[in-house]
Amino acid sequence: MDTFAALSQGLMVALQPMNLVFAFFGVMLGTAVGVLPGIGPALTVALLLPITFKLDPAGSLIMFAGIYYGGMYGGSTASILLNTPGESSSIVTALEGNKMARAGRGGPALATAAIGSFVAGTIATVGLALIAPTIVDIAISFGPEDYFALMILAFTTVSAAFGSSVTRGLTSLFIGLSLGLVGIDLQSGQARISFGVPDLLDGVEVTTLAVALFAIGETLSVAAAGSRAEEVIEPVKGSVFMNKEDWKRSWWPWIRGTFLGFPIGAMPAGGAEIPTFLSYALEKRLCKKPDEFGNGAIEGVAGPEAANNAAAAGVLVPLLTLGLPTSATAAIMLAGFQQYGLNPGPLLFATNPDLVWGLIASLFIANIMLLILNLPLVGMWVRLLAIPRPWLYGGILVFATLGTLGANPSLVELGMLVIFGLLGYVLRRYDYPIAPVVVGLILGPLAEQQLRRALAISVGDPMVLFQTPIALTLYALAALALFGPLLFYLITGRKAPVGGDED
Amino acid sequence: MSDPNPLTTGSKPDKARFVIALALAVLAAVIGWEAWRLAQIPSYSSVGPAAFPTLIAIGLGLLAIANAVEAMKGMDEERPRDEPKPIFWVLAGLVGQIVLLPFLGFSIATGWLFAATAKGFGRGPIWAHFLAGTAICFIIYLVFAKGLQLSLPAGPLERLI
Repeated sequence: MDTFAALSQGLMVALQPMNLVFAFFGVMLGTAVGVLPGIGPALTVALLLPITFKLDPAGSLIMFAGIYYGGMYGGSTASILLNTPGESSSIVTALEGNKMARAGRGGPALATAAIGSFVAGTIATVGLALIAPTIVDIAISFGPEDYFALMILAFTTVSAAFGSSVTRGLTSLFIGLSLGLVGIDLQSGQARISFGVPDLLDGVEVTTLAVALFAIGETLSVAAAGSRAEEVIEPVKGSVFMNKEDWKRSWWPWIRGTFLGFPIGAMPAGGAEIPTFLSYALEKRLCKKPDEFGNGAIEGVAGPEAANNAAAAGVLVPLLTLGLPTSATAAIMLAGFQQYGLNPGPLLFATNPDLVWGLIASLFIANIMLLILNLPLVGMWVRLLAIPRPWLYGGILVFATLGTLGANPSLVELGMLVIFGLLGYVLRRYDYPIAPVVVGLILGPLAEQQLRRALAISVGDPMVLFQTPIALTLYALAALALFGPLLFYLITGRKAPVGGDED
Repeated sequence: MSDPNPLTTGSKPDKARFVIALALAVLAAVIGWEAWRLAQIPSYSSVGPAAFPTLIAIGLGLLAIANAVEAMKGMDEERPRDEPKPIFWVLAGLVGQIVLLPFLGFSIATGWLFAATAKGFGRGPIWAHFLAGTAICFIIYLVFAKGLQLSLPAGPLERLI
């Protein structure tokens, strides 16, 4: 089998001592930031981009992937012990997990989350390895009009999946698209939306925008909340080991969560949140003791956590095979690839197979590391939560400005950081999602490129956009993503479950 | 503190979202005007640099209307009130850093940022945090500027080494 040859080749890359160190560093850092409130994997990778610029691409990308996976593990720890999810895809975990922790069953809750994440992550990574070559084969035949349609699909799903209404999601997306216009147009050499400011000619840096929206926006909104945001940490009581009944009750939810999470994550449909909601609802219906739900049912932790991690691996499918980021972290990772002059997509599998397969293989290793590290070190992670918030957020801002200055030591860049930070605060305050802004900034210029390429081939006839079956299918899916929640509401009379934010 | 603002409850129009709708309309106008300017420049290709901005300007215009319509409906739930003072401190830290950076270098400017942010989160005294922050930032400067060769702005403190 071709895939297995490639994967074992990748395993050789991932097992190089230096890359193991990168993976280890990534998972440790990722778990730490996943646990801490206010910083998630997207922000961490964004902050590390300028620092890793001079490092080996394979090593850095393996580290970024470790941060991504580690963030998922850490997020579950925070939501179980703190009831404040460190990142949005652990919101559901907090529902049952925190109840379990309050009932003195924090240990088994953490264990089922960690083991479930491992099971799901491993199965989903196998899925990624199996499905990626097939998608690459299909994607090779994509024309520019198909790519344009694909990006429209990504735009609509990202806007519809995040935030409380489609209008809000689209508003965020268009803010991102507008920012993507800034700078010199590569095809005509014309400066756009730059108002004669030389610093703007290069366009808006993805890292600056991401760091500002996530770090500064978050700091401002937490500061503004004042004493409203006090938190109680539940100590881990009792054994961290699960008993026989816990195992029996966790096993199927893990598997079901995985098979919900991976396909939804792998579709260009945005984010890891939706499958966690679906898994929770499913486990609630299937559970033999439904009255335990709401009071700390272990199924309600096991299923969503597995779904969460499977979706995280799924998100890497469109990212690696099509160059299409469907979450904020994936968008920043795309920027990470671009900083080394690499463009994820079908060609990358042909030109840099070692790097791609090394990255995929390193996900297995990251998963094993996380399983081994997480349970024994849980005491250490909990202590991280005890850092006083003034120092935590002071430190976050220090590193945010450090990362920006490191990428581009200019005061205009810092000024943009403050302005976008205020933008991030306003968006948060009025319930507009953040992720579509970042995705819009990254994908906007790519979408424009494909659009103009398609129209140049057809000598300006816009009908070319709607002529291939692939493009038409993608538009149909995009329409479904936009109007799906409305249909859901009309049919069931209930509001569709929507994802939270950022990571 | 955490008590809800009585002015923004019920089904009254959501003022804040009107402001957002207005800002979107202004942005649409700016980009539309830019697209019009770009369209005047002769281009050899059939789709020039103005096409995509035109689409975005139209989209922004429609979203301004959509946001205004949703604002008319009022808000689903009341927003808790935000405190202006901590925001002021954090912003003072960020702006102060930009002002201080060219003269006093990375460590002192960023030390001020740390102190002002801590103050915003209610932790003083500001001078102690400033001294501690400056010391930590000096170590960070050593690690990143010397170790990883990032070019961070140097000031009197950094020139000592």
